[in-house]
Order: sequence, then C-alpha cells, then structure tokens
Amino acid sequence: MAASNPSVFLLSVNGQIEGADFPSYDNLYCKYCYVYGQDWIPTTGLEEGITQITCKGSQASHKLIWNFPLDVTFKSTNPSGWPQLVVSVYGPDVFGNDVVRGYGATHIPITPGQHTRTMAMFVPEPTWRLQKFTSWLMGRRPEYTDPKVVAQGEGREVTRVCSQGFVTVCFSIMMKDLKKLGYDSGPANPQSHAASSWSTEDQSNF
Amino acid sequence: MASPSDIREKLRKKRRAFQETLVPTKHDDEQALVASASVSEEAPPATMEQEPQSSHEDPAETLRRSLKAQRQMRKKKLLEESPALRSPAEGVEDISKVAEDEGSTKRTAAGSLTGPKSRGPHQFERFVTRRLEEKLRAARSQGQSLQLQELGEVAVSRLQSLRDRHTLTRFHSEDQDGTFQVPQDISTRVTFQDAARLVGERERPTTVEAYNFFTSNFDPEPEERSESTSKTSVQKKSAESCDDSREEAEEGGEEEHEEHNEEAPLMQDEDGNVFVIQQTSKDFLETTKAEYIGLRALALRRGGLLYTPSSQRVPTSVKLPENVTPRYLEEEGFYVGQRPPVTSTNENILENRMLKMEEGLKWFGDDGRIIALPDPIKESSSRPPLFHVEEDLDPALQTVFKKPMKCGHTHQAYIAGAADCEGDYQLDVDVSGLIFSHHPLFSREHVQGARLAQLYDQYLDRQRNKLAEHLTDKLNGLRNTMRNMLEIHSEQSLSPAMQQRIVEYGVEIKNTRQLRDSEQEKDRALLKSLVKVWKEIKSLREFQKFTNTPYKLCLRRENVDRLTDEQEYEKEVLAEVWELEAEEDVDYQRKLAEYKKQLDQWKTWRRKQKSQKKQKKMKKKKKGQPQEETEEDENDPDANESDGAVDDGPPKPEPPEKLDFDAIEQQVREKASRIRRKPGEAILIPEMSASGKISAADLCPKGEMARREDVAKRCVFIKVLYNDKEVSQTNSRTLNSDFKVHFGQIFNLKIVNCPKSITLQVFEEVASSCSLLAQVYVPVPGSSVVAGSAPMEEFEFSSKQRVMFDHEGVGSDVPLSFVADGSNRVVLLTSGKVSCCVSWGVGEDDLPLAPPVSQILGSVLGGHPEAAAHIGPSGLADMKKIGEWAAQSRLDPNDPRNTSIMQLLKVASSGEVTAADYFRLEQLQEEFNFVSDEDLDRSRRFRLLVLRSQEVPEFRNYKCVPAQEREVTDKVFKEYEKRLKDGEIIDTKEHLDSHRALVAKYLQKIREAVIHRFLLAKHHYLLSDLVVEEEMPSIGILGLNLFHLAEPKRPLKPQRKERKKVTAQNLSDGDIKLLVNILRAYDIPVRRPPSSKAAQTSQGGMQAGDWLLGQVQVRPFVEVSFQRNVLQTTTADGPNPCWNEELQLPFSAPNGDYSIASLQSLKDEVFINVFDEVLHEIGVTDEEKGKSVHTRLEKHWLGSVKIPFSTIYSQCRIDGTFKVNTPAVLLGYSKERSHGNNGAYDNLRSLCEGAFITLFITIEPQLLPGESIREKLDSQEDEGLLQASERFERLAASEFPGRVCTTTVIDLNGKTVFISRYLRPLNPPQELLDAFPDNPAAAAAQVARFVSLIPSLPDRVSFAAICDLWSTCDQFLTLLAGDEEEHAVLLCNYFLFLGKKAWLIIGNAIPEGCSAYVLTQEESVYYMWNPSSGHYYGQYDTFCPLQAVGCLVSAGNVWLNIQEQVSPMRINFDVSRSHCWKPFFTGSFPHSSLTSVQPEQLVYRRSDRTTAVELQDRIERTLRDKIMSWRPHRPTRWNRHCTTALKHFLPSLELGGGGGRDAGEGHRHELQSMLGDNRISGFPLNMPFSEMAPIVEAVYSTGVHTTHSPNVEFALAVYVHPYPNNVLSVWVYLASLVRP
Repeated sequence: MAASNPSVFLLSVNGQIEGADFPSYDNLYCKYCYVYGQDWIPTTGLEEGITQITCKGSQASHKLIWNFPLDVTFKSTNPSGWPQLVVSVYGPDVFGNDVVRGYGATHIPITPGQHTRTMAMFVPEPTWRLQKFTSWLMGRRPEYTDPKVVAQGEGREVTRVCSQGFVTVCFSIMMKDLKKLGYDSGPANPQSHAASSWSTEDQSNF
Repeated sequence: MASPSDIREKLRKKRRAFQETLVPTKHDDEQALVASASVSEEAPPATMEQEPQSSHEDPAETLRRSLKAQRQMRKKKLLEESPALRSPAEGVEDISKVAEDEGSTKRTAAGSLTGPKSRGPHQFERFVTRRLEEKLRAARSQGQSLQLQELGEVAVSRLQSLRDRHTLTRFHSEDQDGTFQVPQDISTRVTFQDAARLVGERERPTTVEAYNFFTSNFDPEPEERSESTSKTSVQKKSAESCDDSREEAEEGGEEEHEEHNEEAPLMQDEDGNVFVIQQTSKDFLETTKAEYIGLRALALRRGGLLYTPSSQRVPTSVKLPENVTPRYLEEEGFYVGQRPPVTSTNENILENRMLKMEEGLKWFGDDGRIIALPDPIKESSSRPPLFHVEEDLDPALQTVFKKPMKCGHTHQAYIAGAADCEGDYQLDVDVSGLIFSHHPLFSREHVQGARLAQLYDQYLDRQRNKLAEHLTDKLNGLRNTMRNMLEIHSEQSLSPAMQQRIVEYGVEIKNTRQLRDSEQEKDRALLKSLVKVWKEIKSLREFQKFTNTPYKLCLRRENVDRLTDEQEYEKEVLAEVWELEAEEDVDYQRKLAEYKKQLDQWKTWRRKQKSQKKQKKMKKKKKGQPQEETEEDENDPDANESDGAVDDGPPKPEPPEKLDFDAIEQQVREKASRIRRKPGEAILIPEMSASGKISAADLCPKGEMARREDVAKRCVFIKVLYNDKEVSQTNSRTLNSDFKVHFGQIFNLKIVNCPKSITLQVFEEVASSCSLLAQVYVPVPGSSVVAGSAPMEEFEFSSKQRVMFDHEGVGSDVPLSFVADGSNRVVLLTSGKVSCCVSWGVGEDDLPLAPPVSQILGSVLGGHPEAAAHIGPSGLADMKKIGEWAAQSRLDPNDPRNTSIMQLLKVASSGEVTAADYFRLEQLQEEFNFVSDEDLDRSRRFRLLVLRSQEVPEFRNYKCVPAQEREVTDKVFKEYEKRLKDGEIIDTKEHLDSHRALVAKYLQKIREAVIHRFLLAKHHYLLSDLVVEEEMPSIGILGLNLFHLAEPKRPLKPQRKERKKVTAQNLSDGDIKLLVNILRAYDIPVRRPPSSKAAQTSQGGMQAGDWLLGQVQVRPFVEVSFQRNVLQTTTADGPNPCWNEELQLPFSAPNGDYSIASLQSLKDEVFINVFDEVLHEIGVTDEEKGKSVHTRLEKHWLGSVKIPFSTIYSQCRIDGTFKVNTPAVLLGYSKERSHGNNGAYDNLRSLCEGAFITLFITIEPQLLPGESIREKLDSQEDEGLLQASERFERLAASEFPGRVCTTTVIDLNGKTVFISRYLRPLNPPQELLDAFPDNPAAAAAQVARFVSLIPSLPDRVSFAAICDLWSTCDQFLTLLAGDEEEHAVLLCNYFLFLGKKAWLIIGNAIPEGCSAYVLTQEESVYYMWNPSSGHYYGQYDTFCPLQAVGCLVSAGNVWLNIQEQVSPMRINFDVSRSHCWKPFFTGSFPHSSLTSVQPEQLVYRRSDRTTAVELQDRIERTLRDKIMSWRPHRPTRWNRHCTTALKHFLPSLELGGGGGRDAGEGHRHELQSMLGDNRISGFPLNMPFSEMAPIVEAVYSTGVHTTHSPNVEFALAVYVHPYPNNVLSVWVYLASLVRP
C-alpha cells in the first residue's frame, strides 16, 4: 500500500570512514555524527560513533586507516536539510593531551551508488598569538562548541581556521521512493552502469 | 578413487586456464596463493577459507570443472595418444605447481588421501591444507633435495623448449643458482650487492630483455617462496643444507626483480667462488674504487632525469588532437572574455611543460590555447577613490558625527545628505500656461474651432511626416526593380531563386500599395474634414451673426501642370491595373490548377461509381432480382449519382471565373478618384490663422452675453503638489475668451525627500468657490535636466465633471449636436493641456542642485559603471541614448555583463518601453517560477515550510513536514490561526474586563516585537558562540591557582563545587531534575487545643498548658509540587522543624523544546507548601482479638512559598531562608511565639514575623542560562553620558565583580535610557492618601500595599529572553503587569511624593536574584521595602530577602557601593561618604539636567465597585466548580452559614492592611460560636488579580480539597477589593469543617 503511494522516502547510507591523511600527526581517532534537517529522521543505524585510535603504518603512504563502518538509514519527506556527515578527528599532542586535529563535513551523496569523498579538515585558530602558544602549552586548543557547527553556514564568519589534512570516506547510497515523490536525483540508470562493470569483472576471473 | 593422475590432470587444466588469462590476473592469483600458503602453516582453518578464493571459485565448482577436464583429457589421450602433445602440457604443469610439488603430491595422493572427486568440497579443502603440510614435511627431508634438483633441471630443460615463446621464468636462473652453496642468512644481501654491482657495470637492458622482464610469467614463484619462508623458520633449528641455500638464493633473486636472472652466469663466473669458500667477514666486504662519473656523463644522465621546458612557441597543431583544426569561438559569435595578461615566454614555457605531461592536452581549448577564464580584474575601480590621506582631508569632507534625531517622516526616503541644510536640492517647476481643448463654457463655435485646430494640428503633423509620399517613392522603387529584373532575365529562363524573389517583390509591392492607398485616403479625408469643419464654422458664424473665435482657414491653391499630371495619373492607374491583373492572373492559374485536380478526382470517382454499378447490375441480374429496380437504376443514374456525390463522393468542381480586366480597371479608377485628387486639379494647402476678429459683446445675443460674462467670472489656478503634498500654487488668472491661461510662474522647491511624484492640480474658481478640474502628473526630471535648458512640455488632462448651462455654453459631459435635426450627437469632456517644465535648479556655482541619480532611479542599470560614465546618469533613463551608446561602444551582446542592457534595448526597440521596469527588476523570474504565486499561496505545505522558517513558535520545532500536499491537514494550522484570531478579538472570559484584555493584547504585541528582535539577534554570532577557547591566563589567576595547590585539604568542610553547565539543546525529557533541598523552618504556627475549651479559656493560659503538657504542637511537613508532580518530606515535630531532605522532581519542558528561549519563557512555578499532619482517631474496633485503632491523617495547610521556575533557571541555584507566605488568619492555629525562654533573641526577631523556611533549590544538571542580549540598542541619550555610564559599569564590574551596577536600562521601545530618569515624585491615588490623612506611616504602608497588588510578571517570562525592559509608571499602571523594577520605581516615586527620602536599591535578593528594592530613610533609620510584597524590613533585619546592595539610584545620581561588604546589615547607607559610595555624577562630570521620562502626574481611574463585584462572583463560581471537580468521588457539601460568616470577615481583613492578626482571633471566636463543635480549619488567601488561573492554582496547592473525612463541609468566600486604576485585591477564604 505504501509502495504505490509513498509519503516518505528512505535514504540508506552504507560505507566507511576509510582513513585519513594527516601528514604530521599520529595516533588519531575520529568521531562522526550526522547533521540533518528537521524533516529527517534516522530510522536505523548508529547516528554517531567513535573510531579506534590508529597509528601510521610503516608503508610509504603513511595513511591512517580506520575503516570504520557507517550504516544508517534516514527517512524524510523533504530533501531540504539533506544529511551531512560531520567528522572530527582527535589525537594526542606532544604532551599527551587529547586535542582536536580537524573538523570536516560532507553531504551524503545525493545519487545512489558508490561514492568516495575526501574531506579537507580544519581546526579553529586561536585568537591571539600568545594564546596560540599557551594553548599549545596547556593542550587546550580552541574547539568548536559543537562539531556540528561545521555543517552549518551560519556564524562561520567570526571564526578563523587552519587546514590540517584529509579524511576519506566512502559511501554506498541507496534510496527508496525518492523518485516517486517527484525528486529526480542521480544518473538515468545507475544499474546498467554497475552491471556492466560487474560483468567485465566476471569475465576477467576466468 | 582419486589417483594422482586425476590431480595432475586437474592441475594441468587449471594451468592452462591461467596461461590463457591475462598476466595481471595471474599476478593476483599468485598473491592469493602466497597468502594462503603462508597462513596455512599457523592456521589451517584459515587456509580452508582462503583456498577456494585463490582458485577463483568455490570447491564444488572446482570439482565439477576438474571432472570435466579429466574427462576431456582422457578423451584426448585416447584419441591422440601422442607424446608430442604431452610434453608442452607437462611443461605448463610444472610451472604451475612447482617441481617439488609433484613428488610430494604424488606421494601423498598415493598414500592417505583419497581424491577430491569423491569427497565434498570441504574434503577438498582439507586435502589442500594437508598437501601443504606434506610439502613442508617433504621440504624438511634431506633426501628430497636431490630429487628437487633433478626436477629443477627437468623444468629448465622444458623451459628451454618453450623459449620460442619468450617466456622467461625464474627457473632459468634458478637452476644455476641452485648449485651455489650459500648460507641462508647472508645470501640475500650478497646477491643484492652483486646484482647492484652487475647492474652498474652492465649496459642498459636490451629491449628484448626489458620485454621479457615485463611479460615473463612469475607464476610458480609464490608457492615456492612461501614454502621457503616457512622453511627458513624451521631450518634455523635444523642443520643448514644446500637445499635451503638454494631456496634462499632464489628468494634473493626474486627480490632482484628478475634482472639478475640474466646475470646469473656472470655471477657464477666472478663470485661463485666467494660463496663456495667458507666465509669470513672480509668476504662480504668488497672494496672497489670510488666511482667517478664525468661531468658530461653526469649532465647526460641528469638530462635523462630533468626536463627544461623550452620557451619556444608551440605550434598550434601540437596542442590539438590529431586532425583537428583550431576552432575560434569568438568568430562563431560566442562571448569570449579577455584573458588575463601573461607574457608570451611564460605562456610558451607553460605550454611546453603541459604538453610533456600526461593528458596534457586537456589543458588546451579548442582554439589551441590554454584554457583560461576571462580576466576578473576590472579596469576602473568600482569604489570612489580616496584622494587624501587622513591628515590632509579636506575639512569639507571631514565626517562629522550627528546624533540621530527623531523625525516624523520616518517612512519617507530621504536623500542622503539632504538632512543638513548645506546640501539641499532644488526643483524648479515652471508653470507657463494652460489651454483648454474643451471647456464647459465653450460656445458651439468654440467647439468647432477647437476641432478645427485639432484637425489642423493633425494635418500639420501628417505633412511633416509625409508618409504617403514616402510610401509612393518606395512603391515606385519597388516597381522599377521588378521591371528591371524582368527585363534582364526575360530572355533566360528564370531560376527558381529568381522566381521566388519576383514573387516576394510582388507581395511587397502589393502591401506597400495598400499602405500607400490607405495613407492617401486618410490624407484626403483629413483635408476634406478640415474643409468641412471650416465650412461649418463659417455657416455657424453666419447663422449666429457673431464670431467667437479668431480662427480662419485659408486654402491655398497650388496649380499643377495638367498634362504631366494627367500622364502621371494614368501611368499610375495603369501600373496598378497591370499589377492587379498579374495578381489576379496568378490567382486564377492557381484556382484553375486546383479545379483541374478536383475535376480529375471527381471523374475517376465517377468512373468507379459507374463500374460499381455495372457490377451491381450484373449481380442483380444473376440473382434474378425484379427488373424494375435495375431499370430504375438505369433510368435515373444521374440522380443516383448525384445522391452518391452528396453522400460520399467529391462534389463536381466549379470552373473558376474568368478574369474581368475591365472590371479591375474600373475598380482602380474608382479608388483613385476617391483617394487622390483629380488629375490637373490644384493642390489645396490649408493654412489656419487666428487672426480673425471676435465680435464685441454688445453685438451678441443674450445667451452669448451670459456665457461671456460667465467666462469672465471664472478664474483658474494651479496647485503644485510634491510627493502628494501641496507646496505652492499659482496666482489665479481669469479665463480669456480663447480659453488660454497664461501663468508664467516658476516655483523653486527646496526638497529634502526623494522626488516621487510631482502633480499639478488645475482648479477653477467661480466667485469664491473653487473646484478641482483635473490633475496632471509630471514626471520627475532626470538629474541632467536643469533649469534653462529644459524645454516646455505639454501635458494633457481631462475631467469627467458634468456641467450644464442655461446659456450658450455647451457644458461638459453633455450630448451635443451640431446638426439641426439633433442627430450625430457627441459628448465632450472638459480637457486641455498644461504647458509646464520641471527641472533641477542651478546653484550659484552653476552646479545642478539635483540629487545623485542613483537615488532617483534606484539602481536602474545596476552595475554598469561604464555606461553611466559614458552617457551620464540621466542618460540611463533615456532609452535612445543607451541604444546609441551601445551601438557606439560596440557592446558585446554575448557578454553576460551586458545582458541587462541588451534586454532593455530589445524591449525598447520592440516599442514596449513601459515594460522595461518590469524586465529590469526580475529579468527571468517568470521562467524560474515553478508555479504561479497564487498556487504557492494556496499550498498548505509551502505555508507550513514558510512558517517554520520564520520561526513562528507553533512551527519552530515542527518535524517532518509531509512530502505531499494532501497530507498536510488544516488541523496543523488551527492552533496558529486561532492564536492569530485571538489577537484580534477580545477575550473577556479570561480577563476581568475589556480594559485588561486590551492591555493583554498590547503586552502580546510588545512581546512579539521583542521576540522578533531577539530572533534576529540570535542569528548574530560571536566567536565565543562557536569556538571554545581557553582564556588567556593572567598572572593573577596563575598565582591564585598555585595558592590553591598549596591550600590544605579540608575534607570535613566540603564546598559546593561549580558544576559543569549543560547547554540546553541536547536534552530530552527526563534528563533534567529539579533538586529541592529542604533544610529547616522556623516559627511554624502551632495548633490550638480543641476548640470547645478555647472558647472559654484565655489564649495565653491555653498555650502555657499545651507547652507544659508536652503535647504535640504541630507536626509539619513540606510538600513540593512542580508541574503537578508532588513530593513531600517526612513529618517533623514542633514549630522549628528540621528536615534536611532532598527532593527530586522531574522536569519536562513544553513540547520537548529545551531551547533556551523556551525554558526562559516557562511560566511554571515551584510551590513549596508547609502542612501540618493531623492524626485523628476515628474509632476503635475490637474485632476478634486485639484492638485496632483507626486513625485518619489529615493535612492542614499552613503556608507556602512559590518560586517561579524562570528564577531558578536564571539564578542556577536558590539558597536561603524565605518567609513562608502564611495566611492572615489560620483557623485552628496560633502564630504566637509560644515560648519566652529565648529572650535574648527576641529583640532581633521582633521585626520579622511569620514563619521561615530554609531551602536550597537547583536544577540537575545545571542548565546554561540564556545570555542577555548584546545588541547595542540605540539611544537618545547624549553620547558622552552613554560613554560615561559604560565606563562606570566597567569599573564596577572590574573592581567589584558580582556587584550589580546598572546605569542604563532599556525602555519599552527598546531604547537605552539613563536610569535616574525614571525617578520623579509621582502622586499616588488620592484615595490612599485620604485614608490616613494624619498617619504618614500608615499611608506609606497603604501605598506599598497598593503597589504590591499590581500583578508581577517577570520580564523573562514575558519576553522570552533576558532583557530587562523598564516601563514608565504610567505604562506600568496601564499594563498592570511588571517586574520588580517597575514596582520599585513606582513605590519609590510615591515615597518621593510623600516627602520621604527614598532611593532605589539595585541589588541581589532571594529568590528573585538581581532585583530592585526601595530604601527609605526616617530619622537615621533605614528601611528597605520589598516592592512586590509590600513588606518592609529594617536595616538589621536578619530575614531581609535583600542580600546584596549594588548601587543606589536617586533622581539626580547613581551611587556605586564601594564598601567591602554588600549585605545591607553591614553597610553604611550614607551616600555622602565618598569612601563608601562612588557617585556617577561628580564635580568633574556634573549632572546634566536630565529630564524625567515619567509623566508629570499620574491620572487614576476611580475604583469600580461593580466590576469588582462581578469578578467576585465569577471567581467564587469558578472556584466552587473547581473544588467539586477535584473531588470527583466524594460529595462536596458547602456550609452556607460558614460561608456567609467568612464573607463577612473578608472586607475587614482588607481594611486591616492584610495582616490583622487580632482580627484572626476574632474570626475564630465568631465562627466557633456560630458553628459549635465543628473542627474548623481554614484560612484566607490574598493575592493581586491578574488572571483566573493563578488563583485556581493557589487554591489547589493548599490541598484543602484533599480531605478524606466523610462528613466534611466546605466554606468558600471571595472578596475583591477594588483600588484605583483597576488594581484589585482578591481574597479567598477557604475553610473545611468536620463534624465530630
């Protein structure tokens, strides 16, 4: 009954926070949460999470790998306020204080299929130079009152930030009923594309 | 089952498959295998999982395939049986599973294992793992090494056979390496070294080698390596063997990336002996001479690594893909911006570099140049240049700060800079004159004359345009061309293109001819009508025998040469005839062709019909049908056919008519004679003059004389209106006989406001009455239109007034006929033309006094500074000039910047000039509209979204707006709409009367305005809102912290720690709890003994008796109720109980909205009620055995404290001793202090009376209170004063943190006002003063009571955010609601009026927090008044709720408390002491006379007895109903006797000032005597009236209705005492009576 005449659409997000590229930091972990509009309700899955602490490998790439799975499903009636993934990365500084290493946000891709997003991360800068020193000394760097700030545009004009590194997230997006509600997103037929790549892979196996 | 051959075959099969697939896949495969093998050593189960993956398929699949392969192989074997085939297969096989494998697998398969064929897939996995184990074992065995070597050799030999395929494998080198004897631990390194050296010595690999390197099969490698690695681990324990070394060497070789395979023989030659000999450390060190590479060689080598891009120009062909010609977008008409300038060298280098890059071509555009965006840099600065540095700024340009001033025309848009008188603008309105084209006083002749004038004007206009001549020329030209064309091409056959052109010409000629004919016709008609009108005028003049108008029309004849004229005429006619004929001919031909076609059709159809008929006939004959029918058919075939034709066949076509050329000529000639003058006729040129003479008045008949008199009486003047305001008017001028008025006046308008409209009103004055004739709207001139240069313009006007006269005047809007028989009527309206000129004035220095153009036009051509610069700002409004400019400057029409101009020009050229505005505003809005605005408005979903985004409270937290329109129900809006509607209608039910409702409405309006302000402010962020940053530590704080470290720990003195504050947004229901810690209470009223005795014995004795008997005086407990959750403490004993209990009450915010704004506006209150628990024995039953005593618990209300939640929220915690609000009379209880033994404290306590309770209330977790608004509000105070007050407050905050200091407050309009402006002596209601004429103290108390009876409404509640709004006393008395400050100000002002020395104390009090009290001084004794309760406290009163004094305010000054202490008990209130109080206004900063914001006098409305009575009834009814509804299961009986008695008491209570203790005793006695034995408990409640709900709530909280006693009766009495200005004191007397 609902299938023929849906009143909500579903957005299923699978994926993982693959890893990060922070050239000068190590032993980082990250927290994530979603920011979404008033018309969105998460139905299943974890809305926020915290990853393990990861160290840099000895390989040449020096990537920090989390491979932290994301799995959440939203339902919504209105594409306005499309969910955003907010990631904040933390790690110890030289004195062992846990400080923030980066904030970043990205919209959940709006087209079904596989997506990889690389988020550039940044942290707020101290107001004064002296403060920069003291904050470094005390291990109390400036932080956002709420990491979700990075997902909103309001009030950002008062802050100054410094870029830090990159976090890579991959998403697999599935949607239900979005088109039935009259919103058209994404390529015309994503299935065919996927099928073709799959079939070539199949062939190559033998 | 499984024979080794099976396995082998399977492997073989797989190998083949591998060979077929691509190299990378193989590579993957290997790796997988390696992984599995290496894991298998430690964890066999893991291998089981890995194995199937590595073979790309599940075991079952493998099995199936292997079986199949087996079958095939067998078949092959049988068929061919040839060894030739076998050998390559073997070769393949041994690469696959490694030579050593074969031996082991053979053995294992022969032994324990049965084949995978018979077992399941699982078995197969196990088999594989076991096989690997076996391999390990095999490796370990010594003997195997020989076998392996053998096999290796075999493998190599096989490989050699495959050489032609160029597949080089490791085994080639392997077998040579195999002979080396190398200890495993060093072999790797050595081989590395060797390899490196070898590489260095050798030349570069040949291409073949390189190819081999990249394409060779590394397949066998992994398994072996895995084994070798595993073996190495094992063999560390075991003895070294040559086998191992071989393996190791191989591994080393692998790492060498195959290159040393080629070198293997070399190695053997040179270094082979190194490994053979027993090694010493020296052997591994190699000394070689330092390498020297020549400079040139170095350069060469470097050349291979480095790349220096050349700066040569790159040919375009290189930059484009093959076979592509460069494409220049510019030439194709696309807009290409100007590129940013880059030097060509740099560009060339860049291009060269890019071309080297991979995919370098993608950087080049279609034109072969690097893709670049247009240069974003503007050539001219868009900001006005600053010519001067700050110092030498022209004084005229110096900015001067001007205080904003209140002005009436706030809604008008001012011209910037016009506010001050220097830069005024002047508009010159020149009203030169007025001509009526019709006026009611026109005579008939005038009307005709006007018509004549009009026609003549038209004629002149036409003459000027010469349209007919122009068209004639065009026609001639066309004809000539046509003729020429036909002549030239007559010989040759015409090409189709030519034909087409001829046809087009024909059409053109036809159209032009028609146009010309119509123009000529019009010309002729005009001429005719001119003559006709003139004739009419002449005849009219003759008829009436006088002339009224000076018009004269002369017709000048211009003779023409008759002959040529005739020729021309004939020629013209002939040409036309010829053309027409040609056209007709074409038409005829076409028709004829059509006809033929149709005829053919018809004929064929007819033939068919006939044949059909014949067939029919035949059939009929065959069938032997009656003959008659057929005959009939035959006889009447035509009829039948015609029928048929009508029915279904095409009609017989009619042949087209032949052309009648004579008729055509006839027509042409007729037309020519109609529209042209006859050949040879003279050309008539009319000339009109106004030189005629008007006959004198005395020659005229009576009617005409009357008309002329009337005309003479009339005066006309014009009013000039600017922006709809009359600015001036002309002199009135009399109307002349020619109805022309000359004014010739120029008005200079000095303007301040932006010109919006200039209107001229034409007035007509008859005698003394004047009437508006018409309005003329004059456009506002462009700023370049200045006086002197502007031409006069004429503006037409007309009026619809209906005027009729009884004289010759024709009137207006009256039907009028010029023909004798009255037909052909016309209706004429008064109309005319005003000639005037509006321009900008010119100043003394020849500068136009016009405002900048931008302000007039708005930003018409926004953002095109060039255009403005070029043609001047006024040109922007002139379409023509823009067009010219655009053409001149060759504007690129494709430049996106120019779209607006292009649009504009397009619209302008299409003639729709008026549409320009519309286009410029929202150029493409229509296209972007999804639906029309009406649809959008109608959409409920959209409305919901809009309301939500506007943060309308009902929708602010609306979740999930439905996706579909139909799912939005109207229900959603119901509440909102109701609220909107409620705002308009006055709800008299909730409020006392319309006045109060109005006030409520007003309050609501203010609230909305303020809320709107705050919503705006909320979107204004500071850094601290977004970023948490550590404060910069100062030395002091560091030192303090160090001191804290050194402080001794005192575990026995725990201190309250600052808790972490929680922001309210991430909270949900149940998270927040209200903690109420009830410590102790003092002086709780005690019970009286049973009433029967009390009536007789005296009070004192009674109590003494009680005390002595040790009887329980009172058993109080505390009940806390909040949001209808009720918790209570245990019961304690005695009048000074100590509970020390903590109660936790859940808290839930309305609608789950935990935002700060919502919490602040929460109106809930915490009720803390003190009850007495009374135990009644209701009887003793003696059932079966043992006695059981039945008791009933009753609770009697003793008093209450109520604390609003908003106070707790803003204060974070409330800690202190509060006065319990006990009723004036408590029946059955005595408030007397029953003991005299603590006499020492009596003095101290004497001032305070009543019960007290000590509480600690807080919220867990601690919520972050909202921050006050930081928006700087505008003010009308002097800037210096504001700065001073800011300084003062900052000083107070820095030197005395925590001390409240307020110098400026915000008034109801949201403006900052200095605080002392609020203080001014104001008259209290006269009635209050009259009550105690000779007792100032009582009068003061009465005034205080009056003030306290004005309902209190915290600002936080009403304004939803922290913002203290101070209303003036008259506003306060009108609103009848206010904060402590308003009460305090009013009380203070009353006291000042009463002649007391009074100040306002700003300080901290409990529970309100920051509050205002009133301080009065009477003969060196200071009293502090709580304005909201009306109580006063002495300076040394322990229980004074005022805890800290921040500053004092008087009408003239503000003093900051700079004493060490803040508690009123310990400070000195003498403000003259400079070391105690710091004044705001000092000698250096004198008090500028600040006028008070308060009114001079307060006007009161008299108290209204009738409304009070009405309210009294209403409250009583409501309460009665409520009490009954609260007791749903028990009957509620009302005792009427008691009620009347109570009613009787109440007025006396009010008169007694609310606190008549003695009165209470009287009541009790009276009641006792009246009701006898009944146990009475009851009390009167007193409160100010604001609304019904608080009264109900207060009654409910006393819990009187909860009594369970079966024979209880209630008594309820309500009394409302009216004070002036609708201040009402409500008394509710509630009692319960229990019959014993």
